[in-house]
Amino acid sequence: MWTIGLGHYLFVSAVLFTFGVFGIFVNRKNVIVILMCVELMLLAVNINLVAFSVFQGNVVGQIFAMLVLTVAAAEAAIGLAILVVYFRNRGTIEVEDISAMKG
Amino acid sequence: MILQALAFYVFAAVTMASGAMVVVSRNPVYSVLFLILAFFNAAGLFVLIGAEFVAMILVIVYVGAVAVLFLFVVMMLDINVTKLKEGFLEYLPVGALVAIVLALEIMFGLGVFGTTPGTVMTLGKNGAQVATIENTRAIGQVLYTQYFYLFQVAGAVLLVAMIGAIVLTLRSRPGVRRQKVGEQLYRSKADAISVVKVTTRGGV
Repeated sequence: MWTIGLGHYLFVSAVLFTFGVFGIFVNRKNVIVILMCVELMLLAVNINLVAFSVFQGNVVGQIFAMLVLTVAAAEAAIGLAILVVYFRNRGTIEVEDISAMKG
Repeated sequence: MILQALAFYVFAAVTMASGAMVVVSRNPVYSVLFLILAFFNAAGLFVLIGAEFVAMILVIVYVGAVAVLFLFVVMMLDINVTKLKEGFLEYLPVGALVAIVLALEIMFGLGVFGTTPGTVMTLGKNGAQVATIENTRAIGQVLYTQYFYLFQVAGAVLLVAMIGAIVLTLRSRPGVRRQKVGEQLYRSKADAISVVKVTTRGGV
């Protein structure tokens, strides 16, 4: 119990990822919280990558974690920009209203 | 060793709890604040494991940029908070089902139930980290040589994201009067004033 191994980190990461998926399913109306849940899932992925990298003594995993972080930052910026434009046009951010492209 | 384990348990517990609070929190502002707490504690986990550079990048990028961006958008959009939480109980069973199934799948994959003979867990055995050079130097030595093109592509992704965000949110509102310096400078005496011959006692 007092030696922290790979399994501990994987457990934390699994729990965080599950919370992220759960949040996407539960918060069906609030796009901002959905974006935050995506960030949470990416954080879980990062914990996984860094834990494997350290426990295998290979630094490449940390580089991949940084690349995931880059993509997460870009995604957050674009997603929030789209959200702002959408709110400006419609006055609401409910997901169920986003059906203008539906045939 | 015991101190390290205690620190791990504290960081992990706070990370998971704040992750849960992000999901179930009623107010999006609280969600963002709990997200920041989760990021800080994940950075603490990274420091514990010896990945200081990624931890600092996590604090700078996530807490300093992404979370503040979220906070900004949450505060800027005038959202009806109670209305957005309406479907929470309605979607709770489906969400819980998916979450439980996913968690069980991950547990199976990790070999918690003894079904797979711990393929993943055995990797932790050779966890002797060679600390001959510090973490930042090790990352730099690999990142700027072997993964240099990937590094450049990451920069390009950020550039595209920046331009995209600016183009998406830029707008020219119709009713706003702006200073037009060029027009002001090119204004000549001829079209600015006109000399009118006024007859005496006649008015203009």
